[in-house]
Amino acid sequence: MESVGVVIVSHSPKVAEGAADMVRQMVGEEVPLAWTGGNPSGGLGTDVGQIMSAIDRAWSDAGVVLLVDLGGAETNSEMAIEMLPDERRGKVLICNAPVVEGAVVAATEAAGGSSVDLVRQTAEEYSAR
Amino acid sequence: MSAGAELRAELVRAVAAVIDRHAEELTSLDQAIGDGDHGLNMKRGFDAVLADAANLSAKPWPDFLKGAGTMLVMKVGGASGPLYGTLFMALGKELPAEPGRADLARAFRAAIAAVQARGKSERSQKTMLDVLIPVAEALEAGTFEAAAVARTAHAAAEATIPLKAVRGRASFLGDRSIGHMDPGARSSALLIEAIGSVLEKA
Repeated sequence: MESVGVVIVSHSPKVAEGAADMVRQMVGEEVPLAWTGGNPSGGLGTDVGQIMSAIDRAWSDAGVVLLVDLGGAETNSEMAIEMLPDERRGKVLICNAPVVEGAVVAATEAAGGSSVDLVRQTAEEYSAR
Repeated sequence: MSAGAELRAELVRAVAAVIDRHAEELTSLDQAIGDGDHGLNMKRGFDAVLADAANLSAKPWPDFLKGAGTMLVMKVGGASGPLYGTLFMALGKELPAEPGRADLARAFRAAIAAVQARGKSERSQKTMLDVLIPVAEALEAGTFEAAAVARTAHAAAEATIPLKAVRGRASFLGDRSIGHMDPGARSSALLIEAIGSVLEKA
């Protein structure tokens, strides 16, 4: 089975892209990875449509985890998940973990072939240390 | 154009106009305790609804509200998008095609529950709920006069000033959020006043 995908959602496209760069450098290419940042006008913020599209780019039948930054990024990500088709919705989880560290840890766990629940758990445990 | 469609188009124009007039004020309230984008975000969302007014208002009430809510979700860009979007989408889900006052009071209460679930928030946490819930109570008590409902909404928004934020970006400020009106409470009161004054003439 292919590995769980990772999506990085930040208010800032630079933060999201930079975090994705770190994941690629530390974990490599085998994990599906996508990032998104910025509001629909290109300013700081998040965009439900863009989050849905990032989930699509990082899609894996094993599921996808999201790493999100402040408030609205989480609310918009939850909305994006709810608007996914029924067969995908249950396979997408938000990790309660810091964006950069969480993304690297989640991708490392995903690269080992773990389930979406275990990938989230590992990212969240790392942040609880 | 049917009477219902004309009323829906007028509602869209009224809410877009009130957000446009108050965009700078909402942004400055948000600069005090948030990230300073509430006015701009709301304006982007409601302008998008306005641009699609002819298409949206031709639909019956449930589809009209669902369509407007979805557009807010997709266009606002901050947490307010899903929150206001959920409010309107839930109203669309709850209201029948030909709603009366009792339907409105019941649907509004159900829509508030959906917003609470979306924002994981409760009353007295310095949010839009602090305006929406007193308005729901007024409607449930049979108060439908637009001026009275607007007074309730604006008084409730004022009452967020001494509250301490525990949800959203403002919660990072802790005690420093005290002394500022919540921008979401203010935008809710403005929208309720605008909607009430259109509905009263219908």
